Amino acid sequence: MTSVTPASFTPDEGLPRPQSLVDAMGPALDAQETGTSLWAGAFRRLRRDPSAIVGAVIVTIFVLVAVFAPVLAPYEPARTQWANQITPTTLPPFSAEHPLGLDSFGSDFLTQLIHGARQSLIIGIVSTLLGLAGGALLGGLAGAFGGWVDTLVMRIVDILLSIPALLLAVSVAAIVGRRPEALMIAIAAAQVPIFARLLRGSMLRQRGQDYVLASTSLGLRRRTIVMAHVLPNSLGPVIVQATLVLATAIIEVAALSYLGMGSPDPTVAEWGRMLVRGQERLQSYPHLTLLPGLCIAVTALGFTLLGEALREALDPKSRR
Amino acid sequence: MSTVVGGAAASGSVGGGPLLSVRDLSVVFGRRGQPGFTAVHHVSFDVAGGEVVGIVGESGSGKSVTSMAVMGLLPARGVRISGEARYRGRDLLTMPDRERARYRGAELAMVFQDPMTSLNPVVTVGTQVTEVLHAHERLSRADARDQAVDLLRRCGIPDPARRLGEYPHQLSGGMRQRALIATALACKPKLLICDEPTTALDVTIQAQVLELLVELVRDLGTAMVMITHDLGVVAGLCDQVNVMYAGRIVERAGCHELFARPRHRYTEGLLASIPRLDGDRSLPLTPIPGTPRDVVAWDRACAFAPRCRFVTDACVRGDLALAPLGPGHDVRCVHPAGGAAPGAVTATIQEAP
Repeated sequence: MTSVTPASFTPDEGLPRPQSLVDAMGPALDAQETGTSLWAGAFRRLRRDPSAIVGAVIVTIFVLVAVFAPVLAPYEPARTQWANQITPTTLPPFSAEHPLGLDSFGSDFLTQLIHGARQSLIIGIVSTLLGLAGGALLGGLAGAFGGWVDTLVMRIVDILLSIPALLLAVSVAAIVGRRPEALMIAIAAAQVPIFARLLRGSMLRQRGQDYVLASTSLGLRRRTIVMAHVLPNSLGPVIVQATLVLATAIIEVAALSYLGMGSPDPTVAEWGRMLVRGQERLQSYPHLTLLPGLCIAVTALGFTLLGEALREALDPKSRR
Repeated sequence: MSTVVGGAAASGSVGGGPLLSVRDLSVVFGRRGQPGFTAVHHVSFDVAGGEVVGIVGESGSGKSVTSMAVMGLLPARGVRISGEARYRGRDLLTMPDRERARYRGAELAMVFQDPMTSLNPVVTVGTQVTEVLHAHERLSRADARDQAVDLLRRCGIPDPARRLGEYPHQLSGGMRQRALIATALACKPKLLICDEPTTALDVTIQAQVLELLVELVRDLGTAMVMITHDLGVVAGLCDQVNVMYAGRIVERAGCHELFARPRHRYTEGLLASIPRLDGDRSLPLTPIPGTPRDVVAWDRACAFAPRCRFVTDACVRGDLALAPLGPGHDVRCVHPAGGAAPGAVTATIQEAP
C-alpha cells in the first residue's frame, strides 16, 4: 500500500531548485510559496498599496483619538469658560490655553472635536455591526435556502432599499425617539439591505462552484457545506463593504445629529451638532464649521481608502 | 496493466446482482411541460464489484450528466430524470436526500475533472480531507488527522503532514488531484466515479494519476466508473467500455474486444481518427465528418446517422436498440462493421497511457 507511484513528481520537495529557474519564474513562485491563505496574501498586497497605508493611518489616528479622548482632551467637553468674553459677535481669540479657541457656549473647541470623534466612532461602528449582523442574517438565509425563502427575504430587502437611506434613518429615529441607540438602529436599518444583497449574491455565486459540488458528492451535509465552505468564501466582499459602509455611517451620524436626531444631552460633543452651532458664526468664525466638517470628511475618506484598497487586495483578478 | 478482458458483469458482483445497475436512465433538461433537451437517453449499464467500467464519448455526449444523475448531483429544478440507478438494489434516484447523503462519500464517491476549482480555496487541505472522515465515521480529531496523513501518503503526496496545513493554491495541479482522490477514497467507497480525472493535468502527470487510481482501486476492491473522452485512458484501465454518442450508449464491449473489433461505425471512426505512432506522417488524419451537433431529433433512430458513411434509410427509420452482436458485445447499429480493425491501431492505443 505504501509504494505508490515513483517520486518523479515532487518539484518543490527537498531537491534544491536551480537558482536560474527560480529567478526566471520570479513573481509566480513568490505568489505560490509565500502566501498562506487568501487573507494573508491580501494583507501582503495591502502593505504595498500607498492609498491603503494613508487610509490605515487616518483610521488608526481616528480610532486612537476616539478611544483616548478623555486623556487627550485638555478640558471636560461640557465645561464653560471665559463666558464673559463671549458676545453675540465675538469669541475669545486662539490662545495657548485654547489652541482652537472656544465655541459660542464657552467650551474648548479642541476638546469638542476630540470627543466628537468618540461619538462618531461608537455610533458608526455599532450601527455598522448591527447592519452587518442584520444584513448577514437576511442575506445568509436567502443564500443558504434559496427558493421561496430567498424570494421572500429579497422582496423585504427591496422594500427597505426603495426608501432613501437618510429618510429611513430619520423615520426610525423618529419612531424610537431621541436616544443614541435610536441613531444606531436608524443607521443600521439603512445598511441592512446593502449587506443582505451582497452576501446573498456572493453565496449564490459560491454555491455554483465546483468545490461545493465536490463536497456534496462526498456526502457532506448541506449545513456543513453552507457553514464551512460557502460562507467563508462569501465573506470577503461583505467585509470590504463593511469598511466602506463605515465611512457612510460616520457621515450619516453627522447628518442625523445635524438634523437634530443626535443625543438629547447638549453637552455631548458631536461633529454634526458642532456644524449646526458653527453655522451661526460662519462669516466671522468659519473654523467653527470648517474643522468639524474636515474631521468628518477626512475620517470618511480614511475608511473609504482602506475599504477600496482592501477590495482591490481581495480581488482575485488582481492576484498574482 | 492488462486486465481481465471482457469481465462479465456477474463475475465480481456483490450479493447476487451487480453493484450498480443503471436502467433506462434518461435526463431531460428543461422546464416541466416543455419539450426540453434530452442529454441522456435510456442509458443502461451495470458495474460489478471491483470492476472498472469506462464511459467514452466526446463533449456533450452525456457522459458527465449520466454520472451526475447517478450521484444525485443534478439540480432539483429544470431537470427531469427517469429510469433507475440501483446501488445494491436500492434505487439512488428515488431515495430521500438524507439517505443519499449517507451513501455519497461512504459508498459512492466521485472525482471531478478540474482539481483547480474542486477544492475550497479558503480551507486547508487537511480540513477538507478530515471533514469527509468526520461526516461518515465517528473519529477523534487525532485519529482523523492520522488517517488523513495516511491517505495523502497513499495518494503519493510527499510530506503529507505538512501538506495538511496548506491551502489548495500552494499545491500543484497534480497534487491537488491527488488530494481530491484522497478525499474521495477517504471512507473506502465501494464505487468511485471518475469524471475525466486527468483532463486538466499535464500529460506526464496524467499517467501517474491514472496509475495511482488503478492501484488504489485494486487495493481497496473499489469498482470504478471512468468517464473520459480519451480512448488511451480507457484502453489502459477498463474491463468494460461503453461508448456514448448523443446521450445514448452506442456500443458496449470488453476493453480488448472493443479495440480489436469495433462494430459501431462511430467507434470505428474514433479509433481510425487516432494518429498512429507508426503511421505515415505525410498522410492526413482520418476525422469523422461533421460535428456532434448534427444529431437527429427522433428518438429511436441512430443519432450518428448524419455523420455516418454507411447511412441508409433503415438507420433513420428503424427501431434501434442496443443489441448483442457477439459474446459480451452490444451494438446499436444497422450496419455494424464486420471485420477486425487493423491490428496496429489496437497495439498503438493500448500502449498509450
